[in-house]
Amino acid sequence: MKRRSFLKSTVLAGATGAAISTGILSPNVAMADGSDPFKSTSVDDVMKILGATGAEKSDKIKIKAPEIAENGAVVPVSITSEIAGTTEIISITAANPTPLAAKYIFGESAETSVKSRFKMGKTTDVIALVKAGDKFYTAQANVKVTKGGCGG
Amino acid sequence: MAKSSIKLRTKKKGDKVQVKALIKHPMETGLRKNKKTGKPIPAHYITDLTVEANGKAVLTANWSGSISKNPFLSFNYAGKSGDKVKLSWKDNTGKSDMLETAVK
Repeated sequence: MKRRSFLKSTVLAGATGAAISTGILSPNVAMADGSDPFKSTSVDDVMKILGATGAEKSDKIKIKAPEIAENGAVVPVSITSEIAGTTEIISITAANPTPLAAKYIFGESAETSVKSRFKMGKTTDVIALVKAGDKFYTAQANVKVTKGGCGG
Repeated sequence: MAKSSIKLRTKKKGDKVQVKALIKHPMETGLRKNKKTGKPIPAHYITDLTVEANGKAVLTANWSGSISKNPFLSFNYAGKSGDKVKLSWKDNTGKSDMLETAVK
């Protein structure tokens, strides 16, 4: 029950969240131009701040996420990039109040694959953004969230 | 010493080392409200996380409130037995923790 009410409030807050979140969230990783992609409330803004607008679609990025997630509070997602020279994997949950979920920067010896668990307020696209060299590549997967959220 | 917030497991798989970590953390987004008082619950989530092997960063993560409560993380890196793997995190309230373990 608690979890359900949490999701509900998250989604409700999503509507008004645009205004609120900017005030509440503390500075995360400020970018050079002073804007923080973690505070952005739309996917387009995140892309713009990261400089990834117009990222190329690639089938070398594999997103492993459940098609249907029963519990939106814990959704396991693994992202693997087979693109040579991958240095960063960025994960965006499109429908969340602040879409940018995580950014992983890989060291030399690390395999460019990472698995973790995300929160999803409602059915959403998971967008993976991979930085290799100076270029960005992207792939996405849809996750249906059945329980919690806006009764969809 | 208080119990660590981090559970860190490493496993050697051929010439790779699998790192699995589970961190105990509320990961509050700051968007939830306390039902009784109607006041927002302050944001409290991990913003920076670093995994080092023998003092060299193998994975740096910047997280937001969209990561689930008690976050889990798993990845592989090219390593060997005896590597010292250190995980450290920092949250938006300035708290931090770290744990070091050796690869068997």
